[in-house]
Amino acid sequence: MTDLFSKFDALIQQRETLLSTGQRDPFSLVMEEVKSPTVAVVNGKETILLGTYNYMGMTFDPDVIAAGKKALDDFGTGTTGSRVLNGTYQGHRECEDALKEFYGFDHAMVFSTGYQANLGIISTIAGKDDYVLLDIDSHASIYDGCAMGNAQIVPFRHNDIEALEKRLKRLPEEAGKLVILEGVYSMLGDVAPLKEMVRISKEAGAMVLVDEAHSMGFIGEHGRGVAEEQGVMDDVDFIIGTFSKSVGTVGGFCVSNHPKFEVMRLVCRPYVFTASLPPSVVATAATSIRKLMHGSEKRAHLWENSRKLHAGLKALGFTIGTDEPQSAIIAVIMPDLEGGAKMWESLLNEGLYVNLARPPATPANMTLLRCSLCAEHTSEQVDEILGMFERAGKATGII
Amino acid sequence: MTDHASDPLFAEIKEEIEPFNAKGVEVTRETSFQKDLEWDSLTVMDFVAAIEDRFDIIITMNMQAEIETVGQLVDAVTKLRG
Repeated sequence: MTDLFSKFDALIQQRETLLSTGQRDPFSLVMEEVKSPTVAVVNGKETILLGTYNYMGMTFDPDVIAAGKKALDDFGTGTTGSRVLNGTYQGHRECEDALKEFYGFDHAMVFSTGYQANLGIISTIAGKDDYVLLDIDSHASIYDGCAMGNAQIVPFRHNDIEALEKRLKRLPEEAGKLVILEGVYSMLGDVAPLKEMVRISKEAGAMVLVDEAHSMGFIGEHGRGVAEEQGVMDDVDFIIGTFSKSVGTVGGFCVSNHPKFEVMRLVCRPYVFTASLPPSVVATAATSIRKLMHGSEKRAHLWENSRKLHAGLKALGFTIGTDEPQSAIIAVIMPDLEGGAKMWESLLNEGLYVNLARPPATPANMTLLRCSLCAEHTSEQVDEILGMFERAGKATGII
Repeated sequence: MTDHASDPLFAEIKEEIEPFNAKGVEVTRETSFQKDLEWDSLTVMDFVAAIEDRFDIIITMNMQAEIETVGQLVDAVTKLRG
């Protein structure tokens, strides 16, 4: 008998080798208590959180929590059904209304996760003879959306305007085309040149989908994302986003001005064939989204935090994924997985949690310590974080 | 199928392979990108982009899934160039 698990042997071996050195497993950490958006208890130790996607710190907002509790009391724990059958409650509608207002778009569709939003929209709108052009550093949910559909998939080099333009020109003029871009790429925290890329895509007759998962609430005057910041909102056909980052709960969405967009509710399988979000989740999401519309002070503080951490780490001698801070993600490049894992553990012992990111999730086989800041981090916490990085970096020989 | 020694397209593709041929593998039509050249997915992406630009074609990921050997790539490029 062939053991179907034998294909994972190399990964199992790599993990065992790493753990046999006494290294703590970076991928099975448990938060025993969560005290605020920026502090949790890990292994009995109070730990600063610098590896969450809680950019705007909405998870403990009193209004958001109150809305969730009320919905739990009024509508129960779950919908036990699909959005198209019994699973659309008042709260789901209100959440979609909040999104339409937030983005100023005509249509909004809420999915159960951001992953499903990409999976559903991409696999449904791009058919067999259509072409999907995507940045090679796209998130797994975008690749999986491509794999689930049957369109022709054309990757292009990361953030390379010329590579995209050349490929658009090589495609048959009459073919349906979808260009998929991300506002912020989550591994290095770098921003896409949307202004140019959206323009050349539209000139080539392509529709444009932008995933703004890591920019919502933070980038752009109203927190609508990189497309807003670069002034191309009107030329973007679809924006995909998530509630599991700045919004502070779970869920995904797509907003669009396409006049026929509502048909998606009937044909998009990852929307139809799954249970809708619980009433408490959509209530917290709607309340949070409305508060994010007025979050300019928080946005300004988050930028301050990002700049301070970026400059501080650079001054300590760490190598950062971007020359300048472009988002709330600051990626510290590690020499290799072993060095990265050691540094990660050393930081955890100091009382700091960051993400250890490694191939295949990372570009160019890099090992990264990915730091993501929160608007609720105080300036003093950022100082503390820099002190921890200095001690851990010296102890492990990374700096 | 052409004899690779006299096929100018094979020679051109071989030329594009060389910068990525870290192991110095002898390249024939039968050479497998994964098994012989041991390329990972990132190397494949860079190489495909180089081939696309050299011949002004597009090799979709769908097509790439069907191409395992250098010979198969030569045939695919021949077809794509029309």
